[in-house]
Amino acid sequence: MSILINQNSRVITQGITGKTGRFHTRMCREYANGGSCFVAGVNPRKPGENFEGVPVYGTVEEAKDATGGNVSVIYVPPPYAAAAIDEAVEAELDLVICITEGIPVRDMIRTRYKMQGKKTRLIGPNCPGIITPDEIKIGIMPGYIHKKGRIGVVSRSGTLTYEAVAQLMEQGLGQSTCIGIGGDPVNGLKHLDVMQLFNDDEETEAVLMVGEIGGTDEEDCARWVKEHMRKPVVGFIAGVTAPPGKRMGHAGAIISGGKGTAQEKLAVMEECGIRVTRNPAEMGKLLKSALN
Amino acid sequence: MKIHEYQAKEILRQYGVTTPRGIASFSVDEAVKAARELGGDTWVVKAQIYAGGRGKGGGVKIAKSLQAVRELAGNMLGMQLVTHQTGPEGQTVRRLFIEEGVNIANEYYAGMVVDRGSQRVCLMASAEGGMDIEQVAAETPEKIHKLLIDPIAGLTDGEALEIAVKTGIPDTSHSEAVALFKALYKAFDDKDASLVEINPLVLTADSRVFALDAKMNFDDNALFRHPDIIALRDLDEEDPLEVKASEHDLSYIPLDGNIGCLVNGAGLAMATMDIIKLYGGNPANFLDVGGGATADKVTEAFKLMLKNPRLEAILVNIFGGIMRCDVIAEGVVQAAREVRLTVPLVVRLEGTNVRLGKQILADSGLAVIAAENMADAAQKAVRAAEGV
Repeated sequence: MSILINQNSRVITQGITGKTGRFHTRMCREYANGGSCFVAGVNPRKPGENFEGVPVYGTVEEAKDATGGNVSVIYVPPPYAAAAIDEAVEAELDLVICITEGIPVRDMIRTRYKMQGKKTRLIGPNCPGIITPDEIKIGIMPGYIHKKGRIGVVSRSGTLTYEAVAQLMEQGLGQSTCIGIGGDPVNGLKHLDVMQLFNDDEETEAVLMVGEIGGTDEEDCARWVKEHMRKPVVGFIAGVTAPPGKRMGHAGAIISGGKGTAQEKLAVMEECGIRVTRNPAEMGKLLKSALN
Repeated sequence: MKIHEYQAKEILRQYGVTTPRGIASFSVDEAVKAARELGGDTWVVKAQIYAGGRGKGGGVKIAKSLQAVRELAGNMLGMQLVTHQTGPEGQTVRRLFIEEGVNIANEYYAGMVVDRGSQRVCLMASAEGGMDIEQVAAETPEKIHKLLIDPIAGLTDGEALEIAVKTGIPDTSHSEAVALFKALYKAFDDKDASLVEINPLVLTADSRVFALDAKMNFDDNALFRHPDIIALRDLDEEDPLEVKASEHDLSYIPLDGNIGCLVNGAGLAMATMDIIKLYGGNPANFLDVGGGATADKVTEAFKLMLKNPRLEAILVNIFGGIMRCDVIAEGVVQAAREVRLTVPLVVRLEGTNVRLGKQILADSGLAVIAAENMADAAQKAVRAAEGV
């Protein structure tokens, strides 16, 4: 098993005809079972066309009806991306992964409001996506650095997640599923939601959680871990050296009102029994040491 | 994006928020002329810089005569105003705002931000107006009344009244307070604000509710649909290197150390700063070249870092995903050709096309210090910066 996606997932790509959509659809199809998993694309102006054999439909609903798609991935430009999420939610897909960076917060507030009570889960926006190694990758991460295994990875960033995965590989540790939940302040799944899924996943033996400054998601997750988690969790928080009031690249990575510092997050995580490292080069070693 | 107080007030007035009358001025003569136009016998001369804490820093003064306006304006224009938000070097005052004096009976606080936990806009109000609200939040959080706003229904009359009552605004002024809170939210929502702050919100002697100060920040991601807001941008208030970086779509923040960092991805960039510090060094900047960097972009990033006179070493830390290591390597070589590399350069490449990238660097003849992993890279950069 794995969480959220596996080789039986059927993926619809929203924004398949754009440059980014084309490139990453090709990469995802070349990875493991991608050829059979990526079943449809959507572009309201190009129904009836196809991208390298993947049929393009005018709406998510049509794509779902025609192909049995249950997951979508979004590469639509920022001004239209929130509406693309809304469309996937309306079509009652199980999961939507929004890669798009730069969506206005106001749009995401409305989209998240409309998602209340709906079955669809959202990963992102502004995220690398999700991969269940050697089965399926949905997103922009380099597939070849991963290997199937028993470690779950959840992170707010992209390249720092790749770094974490590479360190796990150095220790000979493969991954069950790796998820980048994105760097925006208003997003879908949080560390906590992903941790719950890993807790219930039989093939996940331990979890590496990577966080960064801003918000209180990591603290919320840590408190849940203390009460409910049955598996070892280790963590790292980026931004110990980040000055307050400065946005560190990600829209969500900012220390404001004295809240969201890395020190505070690390302290709460430690209090809750999560082993942490302050050295980003030792994430893999720490996880390995937590297994025994 | 930030704007000046007088600009924020102009926007808020369009939504029906009451403010004192005022005129922005760029010279002493303009300031006196503004005071004369406003009339009355009391004026407030306010330095216009983006940073908060202007009052305590001497950037807000009361004038009881036109001569006093002239003197205060003369003192303030061109001064380096230092507040707790400017840093020790302060910020040069280039614009003033001349406002009519207001007879204040009581001061309150009102603010709006996006609350990440609830994923809604949060209205905050407090009877502790004029104070440093972060201090109030830290020491007596119960004195700040909060309301999460439904994004579809907006702020209702009933909710706004509830906040007015809790904040202790007197009954006779409730209807004005309700109108003001609702106008604040309308402005916040329409203009894609990320912050609106009225500190203080005042009750005047004749029971009116005024925004005596106003601060507005905007969501950078939404500026594409607000050309009117973009037009307000004052580049004098921004760090010139940050402005230059944004022109090249680079995310750059200067810090006070001596090791320049060039990294792809915000999380890895922060982690790279952290590991430099961990090994006893000090990062000179945060610099994320993003996922779609080209050789040109990397060259621009080098030029930015090299403008820092404190720079003693550069650390390039790249984990290639979509971004290929060979592209980064070409950028480094191109940069070294265009600008004279005056400091040691440590490069750590990992990921897509890593072998090709390393080969390009090796063939270039550049004196690159190659690093095997993040820890090795940080240690080598720290030693290089120390001249060891």
